[in-house]
Order: sequence, then structure tokens, then C-alpha cells
Amino acid sequence: MAATAETVDQVQDNSGDKYKYGFVTDIEMDTAPIGLSEDIIRFISAKKEEPEWLLDWRLQAYHRWLEMEEPTWAKVNYPKINFQDIYYYAAPSTKEKPKSLDEVDPELLRTYEKLGIPLREQEVLAGVVAVDAVFDSVSVATTYKGKLEEVGVIFGSFSEAVKTHPELVRKYLGSVVPASDNYYATLNSAVFTDGSFVYIPKGVRCPMELSTYFRINAENTGQFERTLIIAEEGSYVSYLEGCTAPQRDENQLHAAVVELVAMKDAEIKYSTVQNWYPGDETGKGGIYNFVTKRGVCRGANSKISWTQVETGSAITWKYPSCVLQGDNSVGEFYSVAITNNAQQADTGTKMIHVGKNTRSTIISKGISAGKADNTYRGLVKILPRAEGARNYTQCDSLLIGDTCGAHTTPYIESRNPSARVEHEATTSRISEDQLFYCRQRGLNEEDAVGLIVNGFCKEVMKELPMEFAVEAQKLIGISLEGSVG
Amino acid sequence: MSLLEVRNLRADVDGKEILKGLDLTINAGEVHAIMGPNGSGKSTLSYVLAGRDGYEVTGGEVLFDGKDLLEQAADERANDGLFLAFQYPVELPGVAGMTFLREAVNSKRRHNGEDEIDAMGFLKLVRAKAKTLGISDEMLKRAVNVGFSGGEKKRNEALQMAVLEPRMMVLDETDSGLDIDALKVVAEGVNAMRSPDRGILIITHYQRLLDYIVPDKVHVLADGQIQRSGGKELAVELEKKGYAEYIGAAA
Repeated sequence: MAATAETVDQVQDNSGDKYKYGFVTDIEMDTAPIGLSEDIIRFISAKKEEPEWLLDWRLQAYHRWLEMEEPTWAKVNYPKINFQDIYYYAAPSTKEKPKSLDEVDPELLRTYEKLGIPLREQEVLAGVVAVDAVFDSVSVATTYKGKLEEVGVIFGSFSEAVKTHPELVRKYLGSVVPASDNYYATLNSAVFTDGSFVYIPKGVRCPMELSTYFRINAENTGQFERTLIIAEEGSYVSYLEGCTAPQRDENQLHAAVVELVAMKDAEIKYSTVQNWYPGDETGKGGIYNFVTKRGVCRGANSKISWTQVETGSAITWKYPSCVLQGDNSVGEFYSVAITNNAQQADTGTKMIHVGKNTRSTIISKGISAGKADNTYRGLVKILPRAEGARNYTQCDSLLIGDTCGAHTTPYIESRNPSARVEHEATTSRISEDQLFYCRQRGLNEEDAVGLIVNGFCKEVMKELPMEFAVEAQKLIGISLEGSVG
Repeated sequence: MSLLEVRNLRADVDGKEILKGLDLTINAGEVHAIMGPNGSGKSTLSYVLAGRDGYEVTGGEVLFDGKDLLEQAADERANDGLFLAFQYPVELPGVAGMTFLREAVNSKRRHNGEDEIDAMGFLKLVRAKAKTLGISDEMLKRAVNVGFSGGEKKRNEALQMAVLEPRMMVLDETDSGLDIDALKVVAEGVNAMRSPDRGILIITHYQRLLDYIVPDKVHVLADGQIQRSGGKELAVELEKKGYAEYIGAAA
């Protein structure tokens, strides 16, 4: 933690700019020709030395995608994306995948150090977290593999898992988010390049936090990662992802898919700290973050918990969801979404209650400043067999200034009369009284806003793994810089 | 040199002149009380000293320790050692009392070029001070002022004061909303802070608080000016005769 926090501070101090991770790493890259076609998909698949079935799966998705239309129901505005103007594959050029960190390009290691993510194992958060680092399209390094293998945990890049555990990948890929699920998920299915793969065997409690850091570096490059986490019966895992990107005038597309499978009595805790480049004050540049995340509680008494702190991206379109299939299974969604300047976020969750006595909790905190728009969109669906299902939803919005917007769009569909669904919503603003009170106690304006906003988000922040909570708190302060006064 | 020197201070709120040439000198070690009728400018004076937005100074000057106070932002004044105990302490939902205190202490330390306080030392310091004010650990964990009774809020202000150890304390109607027991506890807290290098300014409508915190000097504020100054006996006189003659003078 110390190293991470220090770097955050350092980067914050050195840079006059508001976005702290906007630098570009100059490194030799392998890229596919620009644009999207069957040939590009074959190129990606060949680069990754994939089996035939996976190429077929990609191509099927691609043909399906060609017939689909971009969704327009979200409350976000952006110019039409030209999908032929994107590079679908970019990787640091090395002849072979590095076998150890010593073989990784030192420039890359320096990049991750700059980001506050030292990959050298002895430095990685004092041994409590294992990290997989994804640079543009490929995974560059995974730490602590050996220690995890001892207990049977598989953690590494998706491409590697395709080679070493093809039976697992084939069984679960697309089992939660089908290749035809939605426009962006289908695109991802066709062109995904890498991501993380996690398998926790029966009865194993993963001995450390697993973490992936995603970094988009190359220009005009889309990042399409795919993450698959399987928790077998009675197992437990806590996983965290972090994301940053350089500051560029063009918009960059990020369309990821995350699938979680929790068997009987298993628990998956999935946390995200999303800090993609948000664009400048006028809305120029920034990442389009169109992400599909879904988990299925397949077995009885299983639990999936999503925690997200969304501070970056020009546009966030993201609804981490839970399908509560197993009886007594539990789904949770804790979200903080901050939008400043011209950022737009349309985010929320879906809780699909299938099994008996399934329970879900949704706590959403939206903070809006500048000219930003922040929408909570959620669906709670109780199916006929979900006897005794319960949901509690709380959506709170905080406005800073008078040119931003907060919107709440909850959908509730109940087809079982024994279900209980509760929804609470509030909207408030940071008052001048609160700011003055903090400043009279010596806090400067930005620290005061950070403190008040962190207080507002407390119920969500306490769900984050300890090691990342401090970093996330600072990030909230940084994202709101310049939002008052 | 005096600790706080207010010279011919004039200030507007919403375009209306509230302070109309106020003079006040407080030396280190002294406790002053300003008494006055409603609308005389008592709260405005405290906010102008603390640097609240919306209180526009139109004339005069204020020196704090010889430095131009009015030049500085609210947080700089606080970090230099000016503390305002609020008449209505503000709620900060989700912000634990401990966290708030630590932020305040560290802001001051950074301002003075010192390292941030270590967690254990801080905890010990706060617990010791809290105990004398009858503040429980549980209350320190709760969000600042959220769901606090009037007495709890004022004790919490006294705790912040005790931990931050300001050079100059301004107490704005600290007695309002307090029952007699709470008043005693808070007064004891303030009295414990009397010291030869600290100045205290008590702003109050009633003499009641001054039975417990005995001032060195008492001033009558009416119509934006100090109308009369005297010793502690002036407070007793005011309690008997009221403010009628000063309101008359102003009119």
C-alpha cells in the first residue's frame, strides 16, 4: 500500500494537470491493421495461437454483431463511433511472452511503477495482493503465481488459460454473458484480446487479493478485455481491477466483458476502481467505457458482491449484475460514480431473482459536478419461482454546483407475490455551511469537498478491500478537483 | 503587541451595512465578552473574523498577531490559530468525528511545516481530552454532529478546540440550546483553556454563560459598533437593565 499511496501523492504533486496518469509510454508495438473485418479476427486469433473452436466462436459473434444495432437507450450523448477507425490489436512487441519479470521490457515496468503498481513481487503490496497487468491488448506480467498454484488457484492472463486450461475456458466462456448478449459484449466476443482468468478450486479460500491493472496506451486503440472468474463449491475469492489511460484528444473505446460463476456456498467479491482518462474540461477526449459485467450465483447459498468506484471515463455505460439462481443466494452492488466537467455516467445493476429466498442489496452513490450527467439505472426482477425473494435498494445523489444533473431510473418487475422490494432515493448538495465549517477547522476547499464526498460514499467505500480503500479515497478527492469555487 | 486588533471594521451582508466601524483589542491571556441585542452584528463579527464567504469587508483592518487577518483565506486563518465555536455546528454525514479531527490536526501541522500526526499518538490525545468533556468513544465514531443533541454538539465543539489548541478562540452564542449541566461542562472546557498566551472572545446575548466563564472585559455591541466597555460588572448591569438604552442610542 505504502508504495501505491506514495506514488499517488507524488504524481499528484508533480503534475499541474488534473488527470495524473495521462502520460504515454514510448514502446515498440505490434499492431494489427486498422479497422475490423473477418481477417482482423483471424489475425488476432492466430497471434494468440488459439484453437479452432475459439476462432469459430469469435467469427460467429462477429457475424451476429454485424446485424446488431448500437443501443441508444442510455442517457449519454456522443458522436457515432466509427468502428473501422480503431486498432483492435496492439501489444508490446516481444518475440515470446516473457517467462519472468526480468524479461519484461523495463520501460513497461517503469510505466506500472509510475502508476503506483510495482510489479516486482517483493514490492507488491507487501505480499497480500497478486497482480496481473494488462497493457493495451495483452497481459504483461502476473505476480505470485507460484504461491497461488500451491493451493490450486489458477490466476493469469486469459490467453494463457486458453492454452493451459482449454476445457475450463470452453465450458464457461459465454456461459454468463452469451456471445449474442448485447452490442458491445458481442463486439468484445469477436475481438477480445486478453484479460484475466481466475479459477478457485472446491473449498479453497484464496489466500490473497487478486488484482488486475488495465492500461490503454496506444493511440486509437480499443481495449477489449475478457475476464472470467470461477469459484467452485465452498470457495472464496476477492478480486480487484484498476484502470488508467493516457491523456489523448481522441476518444478511445473500452468494451470489456466480465463473467463470474459462483457454485454452491461460494463467494466472489469483485471490486473495481475505474480511473480511465475522463477527457478535458470541455469534454475533449476520454475513454468510452462500455462494459458488460455479470455474475451468476449458480449454487445454493452462493454470493456475488460487486463494488465499484467509477471516477474516470468520458462515458460510462456499465451495469454489473447478478443472476441469483441458487436458492438462498445473495447479490450485492455497491457503487460510487463520480462525474465532473463533461463526463457522463449511466450505471447501475440488474438483480435477477430466480431461486427461492434469494436476497439482493443495491447501494448506489452518484456524485455530479461541473456540467456532468450521472444516471442510476437499475432493474430488480423477481421471477415466479423466487418465493420469499427480497431486495433493498438505496440510491443517493449528491450535486456540486448548479450545472450538473443526477437521474435515477429504477425498474422493478415482480412476478411472485411473496417478494419484498424496497427502494429509497435521496438527492442532496454540499452546502456552503458544510464547506465553511470544514475550512474553519483548517481544511482547504478541495480537502473539505473530498472529506464530505467520502462521508457521503462511506457505505460503499467500506466494502473495498482495505489495501485499496485509501487509494480510492484519494482518487475521489482528485476527481473532484476544481469542482467548487 | 495585542493578539487581536480590530480597527474601525466595516462589513456588509447582502449589501446592507452591519458592522459600522467596530474597534476591539484583545491581548493574549484575556477573556473578552461581547454582549448585545439581536441583530446588533454579533454573529456577523464572528463570521467576518473567520472569513466566511458572503461577508464583505468594506473598511478597517484586523491584525491577528500583527498579521493582516483579512488578507487570508478561512482555512489559513484557522491554521494560524483562529478558532470559531459555532452557534449551530454543522452536520457532516458519514464523516466520523475522529476522521474530521485528524484532518483538522494534520491540516494545521502541514501549515506549520510539521509531519502528520501518528495514529496512536493522536488516538491517545483525543481520548484524554474527550474524557474530560464527557465524550464517549462511541460518540467519536459517529458522524460529526449527525443526530447529536444540542449539548453533544457544543461539547464536540469544545473537544475540537481542546485538540486544536488555537491561539484565539471565538465562541458564538455557545450557550444557546444548552441545559445547565451541559453549560457547566462546556464552560469548564473553556476555562481549562484559559492561558497567558491565548485570547478568548465570548459572544453572547445572555449573562448566564459569564457566571461560569468570568470575563476580564465586557463590551456592548449595538448597531454595528461597540457602544460601551467595562469590567465583568457590566454584564450584571446589562442583565438587570437590558439593552433598551443602546437600542435607543442606535436609532
